[in-house]
Formats: sequence, structure tokens, C-alpha cells
Amino acid sequence: MIIVVSFLIVLMLIGAIAASIFRDLISAVIAAALVSLIAAILFYFLQAPDVAMAEASIGAALTAAIFIIAVRRTKRYEE
Amino acid sequence: MRRAVTIILLIILALGISRSLAKIPFGAHKTKVGKYYINEGIEETGATNIVTSVVLNYRGFDTLGEITVLFIAAIGLGAVLTTNVKGETRKIQPASLVLYTGCRLLFPLILVFGTYIFIHGHLTPGGGFQGGAIIASGFLLIYLGCRERRINRVASNLIESLGGLTFVLIGLLGLVFGSYFLLNFLPKGTANTLLSAGIIPIIYIAIGFKVGSELTSIIDNLIEES
Repeated sequence: MIIVVSFLIVLMLIGAIAASIFRDLISAVIAAALVSLIAAILFYFLQAPDVAMAEASIGAALTAAIFIIAVRRTKRYEE
Repeated sequence: MRRAVTIILLIILALGISRSLAKIPFGAHKTKVGKYYINEGIEETGATNIVTSVVLNYRGFDTLGEITVLFIAAIGLGAVLTTNVKGETRKIQPASLVLYTGCRLLFPLILVFGTYIFIHGHLTPGGGFQGGAIIASGFLLIYLGCRERRINRVASNLIESLGGLTFVLIGLLGLVFGSYFLLNFLPKGTANTLLSAGIIPIIYIAIGFKVGSELTSIIDNLIEES
């Protein structure tokens, strides 16, 4: 159990760092959605299924979609 | 120079937060109110999901505030983004057959799942906010797969307003039948059945409709603009 959780946390940190250093903003949004998804799994392990559900549907799906729509309207690559 | 200062400040901030977080006894029943909710919640409210009984019964007024915040955000977004683009119709590139068929197949299932989540909010994890978000993600799928489909804005606004009105009216009925706003005046029934917990399922159904239509209209506004 502790190994799974540690692996997920490491993956989450990698996702968060990737989201901040990617120059391609679409990739950065996908990395941020990955962080949300792993956060939802961790919430479930911490016995908070209500929060996990909200995090998965809002953080991973709707926020990513709204960011992608916004990126499409502006520039895709950061200078 | 500025970078170094920023990094030092961030390290100080992280140290402070971690030191204060280390003092919190995670997992321990520390507070009296938490113990009370866990021990008495089911008998007092009739909802087996204690989170729901806190969100809608003990802290129902806060939930009304949360809904109002979401409502104001949706209104603001609509006011900023809605422009008169009646005449111009752009050429929409249709989605591929696989995406189109997949979306049409998945959409009703997602809708049913979201509805299940908010109708069973007092029994199982989930509730109006989660169910509404799931329904909105279903509509997002339709926007991606069936590119020419649009929601009926009048109907969406009507559902949104009716959901909010239902919540406030049920709260006011509590004043009529008893002593305070959002009083649980309906019979509680036997716990762990669908028709139990008094006004909680009714309010959660209203919230589910409201949040679903609100988030869908936000997505609609954003996609129409792009």
C-alpha cells in the first residue's frame, strides 16, 4: 500500500514539474490534469470518495477542457 | 538575483507550512463537533452519507453560498463572452466517425451515472455538485464529438433558475413549518432507503440540475466564442 501511494506521489510531483516547465501549453494542461487525476486517486485512498469524485470530474475533465479551449484561442507555444 | 530571492522565499514558506501541518493530528478524532457528527448524524438527519448530512443539514446555509458563488461566476462569464454572432456561421470541421459514434454511445451512460450520483447523494458518496459536474462533462463530450449540436440556452437558464429557486423555497418552508431556515421538516424515514432523510434528496436533486446546467452553459459560452 505504502509503495503504491509513494509511487503515485512521485508521479504527481513529476506531473506538476512537467506542467511548469513544458513550453507546449497543451502538454502542460495534460500534465496538470494528470496531477488532478492522481490527487483524486489519493483522496480515494484517504477515504474521501466525495472529494475524489469532485476532483476527478472537475479537476481532470472540465478544467483541462476549459484550459485547452483558452489555449486554442491564444498561442500554443510559450516563448 | 531575483530568482535566488524567490527560491529562498519559497523555501521559507514551505518550511513554515510543513511545520504547521506537522502539528495537526491527522486521523485522530480531535474535535467535539466531528465526533458528534459521526455518532449522531445518521439518527438526526437520516442520511447514511455523513458528508451529505454535514453539507446539506448542519452546514446547509454555507452550501447556499457556494451555489451563489458558482451562479455569479457563470453569469460573469456569460456577460463577458456572449456577443452577437447571429449572422456569421463558421464552417465547422466534423469529428471522425469513431469519435462521433463513441460520443453518442457514451453520452446517455454518463447522463445516467451523473443522475444516479445526485439522486443517491444521501446514501452513497457523491451528491449534487459531483453529479452536476459529471453531467457537464457528458455535454462536453457531445460538444467534442457532435460538433454542430448546441444546447438550448433558454431551457438551460430555466433549469438553472428553477434549481436555485427550489433550494431557497425549501429553505423558506423550514421557516414556515418550524423555527429556522433549511429545517428538515419532512419525515426522515428509515435510514439507507432511497426515500429517506427528508429534504436532503430534494435539495440535492435541485443542486444537481443547477450545477449541471450552469457548468454546461459555461462550456457552451467558451466553445461558442472560440
